[in-house]
Amino acid sequence: MSQVRLLVGTKKGAFILTSDGKRKKWDVSGPHFAGWEMYHVTGSPADPSRLYASQTSGWFGQVMQRSNDGGKTWEPVGNEFKYDGTPGTHKWYDGTQHPWEFKRVWHLEPSLTDPDTVYAGAEDAALFRSADGGKTWQELPALRNAKGHLWQPGAGGMGLHTIILDPTRPGRIVIAISAAGVFRTDDGGQSWQPANRGLKSRYELPDPDAEVGHCVHRIAMHPSRPDTLYMQKHWDVMRSEDSAQSWTEVSGNLPTDFGFPIQVHAHEPETIYVVPIKSDSEHFPLDGQLRVYRSRSGGNEWQALTKGLPQKDCYVNVLREAMSADRLDPCGIYFGTTGGQVYGSANNGDTWEAIVHDLPAVLSVEAQTLESSSSSSSKTSLKPRKKSEKSKKTSGKKKNRRSKK
Amino acid sequence: MIRVVLPYHLRKLARVEGPVAIEVEGPVTIRAALDALEARYPVLKGTIRDHGTHRRRPFIRFFACHEDLSLEPGDTPLPQQIASGEEPFLIVGAMAGG
Repeated sequence: MSQVRLLVGTKKGAFILTSDGKRKKWDVSGPHFAGWEMYHVTGSPADPSRLYASQTSGWFGQVMQRSNDGGKTWEPVGNEFKYDGTPGTHKWYDGTQHPWEFKRVWHLEPSLTDPDTVYAGAEDAALFRSADGGKTWQELPALRNAKGHLWQPGAGGMGLHTIILDPTRPGRIVIAISAAGVFRTDDGGQSWQPANRGLKSRYELPDPDAEVGHCVHRIAMHPSRPDTLYMQKHWDVMRSEDSAQSWTEVSGNLPTDFGFPIQVHAHEPETIYVVPIKSDSEHFPLDGQLRVYRSRSGGNEWQALTKGLPQKDCYVNVLREAMSADRLDPCGIYFGTTGGQVYGSANNGDTWEAIVHDLPAVLSVEAQTLESSSSSSSKTSLKPRKKSEKSKKTSGKKKNRRSKK
Repeated sequence: MIRVVLPYHLRKLARVEGPVAIEVEGPVTIRAALDALEARYPVLKGTIRDHGTHRRRPFIRFFACHEDLSLEPGDTPLPQQIASGEEPFLIVGAMAGG
C-alpha cells in the first residue's frame, strides 16, 4: 500500500508525519534539529529516501542536512555558500547600493533524475547547485547579471524561494525572488532573462510594469504541462502559458488575492489552490475564516473550501513554502500554518482535518508519496490521471475585490 | 590541551557532550583555539565564524576566566589558565532577550 510522508519545517525544528494511503492516522516524529529554524525539508524525486534540509539560526548561521534513509538519520553536509567572484551590490532599503551577503537557504530543489544533484535558493538572492549530495555548493552567478543591481529586498529579506525545473527541457529553470521577480534560463544557468511581463505592482513599485522588482511569492507547475505556470504574487494570482514569458491575472472572484502559497493538483493540471490572506498589512485570513480556494479552471473561477477548517477567530498565516500535494488518487492537499497546525485533505480539498495542532510556526510542508513496491516517488506525477485538458479558462467576475484596485 | 565549552546547539551538531578537549599547536590564541576546534570538528565551520572572513558571528561571544574576549583580535593570547586546561574557554550564544 502507498504511504504519504510529510516533511514539515518549522521555526523550532523539523517534523516528519507519515500515514498509509488512507491518510487517516498519522505518526509524528520529531522535532529533528530541535530549536533550529528549518526553512525547507524536501526529498529527491529520483530517490525518496534522500532528503535535504536547510537548518538555520540567527546565532549559528546555515547548516545543511542530508538523510539517506527517509529522515531516520541525518548527516550534516557542506554549508559554505560562497558567491562566485565579487558579487557586487544590490539595491538596499534606502535606495543605496548594498553588498551581497549570504544569510540562509530558503529553498531546496533536488534534481528530477539525480539524487546527488540539488539546487539551493539563497538569501541574498542567488542560486547554488551541488552535484555531490550537498557536500559542496557552487553558485550559478549569471543570474545576478539579470539586473541584479536593481533587485531590492522586501521586508522579509531578498530570498530566492522558487526553483522550477522543467521536466521536458533540462536546461530550462524558472526561479523567483522576493522582491525581484521571475527569471528564466534555457541553458542551465549560463544566461538568464527577467520574466515578469504582465505583472503589475501598482502599489509596490513606482513603475507598475517594471522589468524587475515584483514581489513574487510562489510559482507552481504541473509536470505534464511545463509551459503553464501559476503564481501567487504579493497581490494577484497570475498564470503564464509560455513558461513565464508573459503573465495574465486569474484572481477572478477571490475575495482577496493577496497570499503566499499556490499549489497544483497532482492529476488535474488546471486545478489549483491558494490561501487568500486579508492584505499585505494584515497577514491573516479574511474575517478570521481560514479558507483554501480551489479553481478547477486554471484560475478566475474560485470555490471556497471550508469543511474542517476554522471559520471563526482564526488569525494564522500560511507561508509560501507551506503547501503541498501528494499524488495518490484522490489527491491529498496539505498546508501548515504559523499557528502550528498542519491541515490535510485526502479528497482534493473537499474536507480537511488537522493532522497536528500544536507544532511551532510552520515554514514549509512537502508531501512525498511512497510506493510500497518501489522507491519511486515524486511530488507530483508527470502524467495527469484525470483528464481535465478541456478545462476552459473563463474570465470570471471579480467580486469583493480589494478596494484599492 | 585546552577545554572548550560549546553552546547547546553546537554540542548537538558536533555530537559531543560536555567540554571538548582540543590540542592547540603553538601559542594558544583565540584564532588558534578556533582553528583547532574546527579542524577537530569540521561541522562547526561557519557556525562560530564566517567561512570566508573568519569574522566572529555577531551573536557568538568568547569568554575566558570571567573576561569577555569577543571583541579582541584573533591573535590575542588566551589566559594561561585556559592554555593549561585549568579553566575552560567558553563559546557562548548571546542572550536573545525577551
